Amino acid sequence: MNVSLKQTPLDAPGVDSPDRRKPITGKPVAERFEYDNLIVRNFGVATIIWGVVGMLVGVLIASQLFSPAMNLGTQYTTFGRIRPLHTNAVIFAFVGNAIFMGVYYSLQRLCKARMFSDLLSKIHFWGWQLIIVAAALTLPLGMTTSKEYAELEWPIDIAITLIWVVFGINMFGTIIKRRERHLYVAIWFYIATFITVAVLHLVNSMEVPVSFLKSYSMYAGVQDALVQWWYGHNAVAFFLTTPFLGLMYYFLPKMANRPVYSYKLSILHFWALIFIYIWAGPHHLLYSSLPDWAQSLGVVFSIMLIAPSWGGMLNGLLTLRGAWDKVREDTILKFMVVGVTAYGMATFEGPMLSLKNVNAIAHFTDWVVSHVHVGALGWNGFLTFAILYWLIPRMYHTPLYSKKLLNIHFWVGTLGIIFYAVPMYISGFAQGMMWKEFTPEGVLKYPNFLETTMQLIPMHMMRAFGGTLYLAGAILMAYNLFKTMAAGTLVANEPAEAPVLAKEYVATGHDTYWHRWFERKPIPLLIGSLVMILIGSLIELIPTFMVASNVPTITTVQPYTALEVQGRDLYIREGCVNCHSQLVRPFRSETERYGEYSKAGEFVYDHPFLWGSKRTGPDLHREGGKYPDSWHYHHMRDPNAMSPNSIMPAYPWLIDQKLDASSTQAKLKALKSVGVPYSDMEIAYAEADMDKQAQAITDRLSKDGIKVDKDREIVALIAYLQRIGTDIKKLETAQK
Amino acid sequence: MIGISMTLALGFLGAFFWSMRQGQHDDLYTPSIRVLLDDDERTPTANH
Repeated sequence: MNVSLKQTPLDAPGVDSPDRRKPITGKPVAERFEYDNLIVRNFGVATIIWGVVGMLVGVLIASQLFSPAMNLGTQYTTFGRIRPLHTNAVIFAFVGNAIFMGVYYSLQRLCKARMFSDLLSKIHFWGWQLIIVAAALTLPLGMTTSKEYAELEWPIDIAITLIWVVFGINMFGTIIKRRERHLYVAIWFYIATFITVAVLHLVNSMEVPVSFLKSYSMYAGVQDALVQWWYGHNAVAFFLTTPFLGLMYYFLPKMANRPVYSYKLSILHFWALIFIYIWAGPHHLLYSSLPDWAQSLGVVFSIMLIAPSWGGMLNGLLTLRGAWDKVREDTILKFMVVGVTAYGMATFEGPMLSLKNVNAIAHFTDWVVSHVHVGALGWNGFLTFAILYWLIPRMYHTPLYSKKLLNIHFWVGTLGIIFYAVPMYISGFAQGMMWKEFTPEGVLKYPNFLETTMQLIPMHMMRAFGGTLYLAGAILMAYNLFKTMAAGTLVANEPAEAPVLAKEYVATGHDTYWHRWFERKPIPLLIGSLVMILIGSLIELIPTFMVASNVPTITTVQPYTALEVQGRDLYIREGCVNCHSQLVRPFRSETERYGEYSKAGEFVYDHPFLWGSKRTGPDLHREGGKYPDSWHYHHMRDPNAMSPNSIMPAYPWLIDQKLDASSTQAKLKALKSVGVPYSDMEIAYAEADMDKQAQAITDRLSKDGIKVDKDREIVALIAYLQRIGTDIKKLETAQK
Repeated sequence: MIGISMTLALGFLGAFFWSMRQGQHDDLYTPSIRVLLDDDERTPTANH
């Protein structure tokens, strides 16, 4: 030991303190402190529990796609409402807690310091769990903004913001009081994650409240779509990717006891990744009404994204160079290898899916679902499992309860991914091709959408089986880890020591002031990351908002009536958008099937936009006027009555439940405040107008022998369904 | 668009030369080793 210690060395067994660092100028003083393992453990336990819950909901909704009765007959467990529950649970509860677990463990070690504040750690932990519980309560009740992965209503959005700030203060506080001067690259990834998620969340959650749990997006139509997918894609980038890359850069070298393959590459791909990722969002909107220049930017940057993504993937895999013998014996490393490989596959496939010709087939199909699950199950899931298996025994000072179960989990999980992904690729490709197929006579070969759905049933069954295998693996892990915890005792406060950071640092060698300013202080790094992500964001968002020609006006497009607004909110509440798009792409196969392709100007009053991202059922943008009111009534009551073998669930509660009309005026006022031109008269007489339109619908229904009160929810929904996409037809009539 | 992209590209090129001159790429090895050395390996685990 060549540093002189003021205090007595630690008496912990086995501590040997070799010279771990460069000689330090000044008077080196070692400090003793303790790492907070309790908070890591808590986040870990939350990860395990929410993971199992989220995957269970996943299996439940997967089975509804071949057996609608699996909705258990209640509105609270029907696909449209709990699909967001599944995505939110696995992204924000399972992966979110895993991120915090990994960050709280690694950040303390990398900074040689305890977390900045135990109180903030506690607030962060319990606050996040409360947000999850709030999500689990509101989503099944149908309280949703309908924007994917941002479904939670405004009070929860505010809570997320506050807790995220708490996390930020805690993280930066720790970095500032660190005892290690250099900021390891993992911390860069954490910092970029923090700042970017903050920006994404704030911009995409701009909504005007109507009541305590109802709001409308500030943006409409095309703008809303661009903001949403700028957010949605970068939720993948900065919630599912960058934090996990940071975790990979810490845990993989630790697990393999090998330095990362190339530190240089890690830095290079960090900057490239965060700069390029932020532009890629529009690839979710190819062939939509989004301006072409924005679509093209999205494609170009998605292709470029291969380079930094694979830089990270290869850097991870090559870290194991010369250590593959360890992979043979160490199941934890196997999890890491499969996880990083899945990352490589998903990040190759992503750019391919962004090519317009591939996207034309894959978009709206199961292909995309398969793509995200390779990433989620492989990359996020397997890395999380590996980290849990590595951390829990360490913190509990005891060997893992069962290596055999660990091994079984690895194989069951891997098989689960394969049984999930392969059928879904087949299913997606099959359906995408069937939608486009014409007979030699030039008519659609499968004009009935349901025919294409029926083809997928066996694949959906296999997918649910794959998901069940994966869930079974996670349950095995939960058992194994809880047994491990029971056998050991948590080292809640792990003793550690490190020399105090000398205040006056004398630059040595070629290191110069600016380098240290940038790389060794967190705030400039934060600003640097912010600048990187803002460049792409602003270049895409500002023109879409400012340039009027992006949304050509269509004179016949009018705001929704009061009843239609209520109906639209029911459409949002029931999560119809999870299975039905409202966006006819400009392909002959689609205009033949659905009607005129969708124009940007048609969506100017759509707060939020409801284009959707998946066609489990047919597109609905030209649904208005296609069938009589009575068809919709029967179809909602029992879809099989109108379309035999349909996998759409029945919505009998819409017929029983009374529409809550008390909010109508508040809704119109809120919409007016975000730019929908309702006159004061329209707002004042909203309820009378609503009554009149409802009466007309019930009159038409009664002519077809259907007796229904005009104050039922079904009436409002029919009003909305009959309105969708019809305004443009008035234009044709006017021109004739 | 061309103006913006040229500015961006030149900006990044400038930033790169600047970072080279500042010596930011002089030591790209020790950090990767240091991360491995900073723990005490007291805790027995099943896997190592």
